[in-house]
Amino acid sequence: MSDAAKPAMAAAAAAGAAKTAGRSGRSTELPEHLKVYKGVWVFIEHDRGQVHSVSWELMGEARKLADKLGVEVSGVLLGGPADKLEDYAKEAYVYGADHCYLMRDPVLQGYRNEPFTKGLTDLVNQHQPEILLLGATTMGRDLAGSVATTLGTGLTADCTELNIDGRALAATRPTFGGSLLCTIMTLAYRPQMATMRPRTAAMPARDESRSGDIITMELGMIETDIVTKLLAFIPDATSNNINLAYADIIVTAGKGLKNADNCKLVWDLARVLGAEVGATRAVTQAGWLEAERQVGQTGKTVRPKLYIAAGVSGAIQHRVGMEASDVIVAINTDPNAPIFDFAHHGIVGNAMQVLPVLTAAFRSHLDKRIRKVA
Amino acid sequence: MHIVVCIKQVPDSAQIRVHPVTNTIMRQGVPAIVNPYDLFALEEALRLKDQFGGRVTMLCMGPPQAEDALRKCISFGATDAILVTDRAFAGADTLATSYALTAAIRKIHAEQAVDLVFTGKQTIDGDTAQVGPGIAKRLGWNLLTYVSKINEVDLDGKTLTVERRAEGGVQRLQTTLPSLITMLEGTNEMRFATMDDMLRAGRCQIRKWSKDDAGIEDITKIGLKGSPTIVSKVFAPKARSVRAEMQEVGDGTNVNDVCLNLLQKIFTTHPTLEHETVERLSA
Repeated sequence: MSDAAKPAMAAAAAAGAAKTAGRSGRSTELPEHLKVYKGVWVFIEHDRGQVHSVSWELMGEARKLADKLGVEVSGVLLGGPADKLEDYAKEAYVYGADHCYLMRDPVLQGYRNEPFTKGLTDLVNQHQPEILLLGATTMGRDLAGSVATTLGTGLTADCTELNIDGRALAATRPTFGGSLLCTIMTLAYRPQMATMRPRTAAMPARDESRSGDIITMELGMIETDIVTKLLAFIPDATSNNINLAYADIIVTAGKGLKNADNCKLVWDLARVLGAEVGATRAVTQAGWLEAERQVGQTGKTVRPKLYIAAGVSGAIQHRVGMEASDVIVAINTDPNAPIFDFAHHGIVGNAMQVLPVLTAAFRSHLDKRIRKVA
Repeated sequence: MHIVVCIKQVPDSAQIRVHPVTNTIMRQGVPAIVNPYDLFALEEALRLKDQFGGRVTMLCMGPPQAEDALRKCISFGATDAILVTDRAFAGADTLATSYALTAAIRKIHAEQAVDLVFTGKQTIDGDTAQVGPGIAKRLGWNLLTYVSKINEVDLDGKTLTVERRAEGGVQRLQTTLPSLITMLEGTNEMRFATMDDMLRAGRCQIRKWSKDDAGIEDITKIGLKGSPTIVSKVFAPKARSVRAEMQEVGDGTNVNDVCLNLLQKIFTTHPTLEHETVERLSA
């Protein structure tokens, strides 16, 4: 059941939220004591000296929501003595925050579920925001699920669009593998929580003139209170570090390439462009490329400047992961393939035939430019 | 060792189609399967059972036909299975689902103490990854999400060391039993069902628990009533208004022209892209 059963139910009934809710006897009215909840918060995720870009992407979205509501935006920073939380706060203002809530404690050095859940829950209970946004990362999802359960409020995962309807957060997300979109609201509980995947929202513009203030709070835990110990952090080898989500150019292999060997043609073009290689679900399931390269609903969300899809049909679950790309180029033998409905440039032809020629064309063009630079 | 593995029966999303006019899911003929992510949890649980002995109890909330999914898990080697099924659960979101499953786990725990609960990373239909953390918080047990490897289990000392996927690396964490683990995909490979287990799966009794059997008294916490989230709208993704600018490769003679034309179009309409690409390649 969970979220997935509900869209079908709602669609079948063709009923609005109020009607559905009315029949079930559950309240959709916000209780009086929750009406004091004000403001939009963003949990600022950082690890080993780096803020995750998704936090700034969310800050841009939070600013838009807060402006519609006429409220303020706050960043939430939890961390240990070695974390430069004040510096991160300054960045948060530049991206749109008015305030930052800061909680520093030795037990918050390195992410662990238990102290972070307590810290964020305490901050919410103390300062009462109406909306709380987190990145849909391994940290954000771990924390969001825990905090929402502890607070007994609604959480919508992996949103692709956030808006305000009335005074409530309207969080839109793909459902049924991206075949449909549904808008989910938390009407009678606060805060309204949502996570968004990296790269779903655009990076907001920096405004260096902005500043804000810091509100601190104590965690009130000591190490012996916490059962789980962080023994080590083992960074990924750089060779395994596939940064698909933030790549400027992606060349993606689809099932139309027919076999694993033909993926070499995609690698060749990617090398010439300094691009990352992506894959469809069918390609990773067939084992032609690593699972980390999958773009789409069950893979990564990407928004490169240039996305070249070779032998990709454009199934909806793939589309939801890449349609925000600036320029989409599709190569497919089938002129009726769905990908041509949302690509900017299409080549109807065999990818195995087109890719080597396209690679050669880019190589010769770029080589000339590079020589000029040198 | 007593392990509970939570699974969900889901429609095979690869085969789902949307009705073009009504925008409703066409479920007819779409097979129901065990959520593929849950199989990694089950295999890991079975490996621990192989190593330490004990039992693996399957737990599922869903309609009566979800029994098939549980039988499938028994055929892989799970000891027994409980289906929590009640009309009162209908319309549950993740918060209400974790409430019901937690009640059932408490009941199982009372029968025989549970050391570990496993769930998959997320489901393929809801994709929320929220039920696992929800259960852990409600039980007050340690939560370990996105676990890629179980390094060590010490049953006597009641400790557990795992590797957990994080951004840019893995965390090695040590905690105590009982804990809840959400297992990352691709971490193991599901074993083949043995003939004995397949036969056992066919004839075994799947226990069916109503909300009362699961010990749920507060009906405001389950089903639609216990769900803070409300689906206000369901719709199909919008098509882009402008179709792709198309070129066709004919008998092969004009491939070069088509490619050069495409390159020119990309770089003239996005001059910064060309500049940045040259910069990146020169660096």
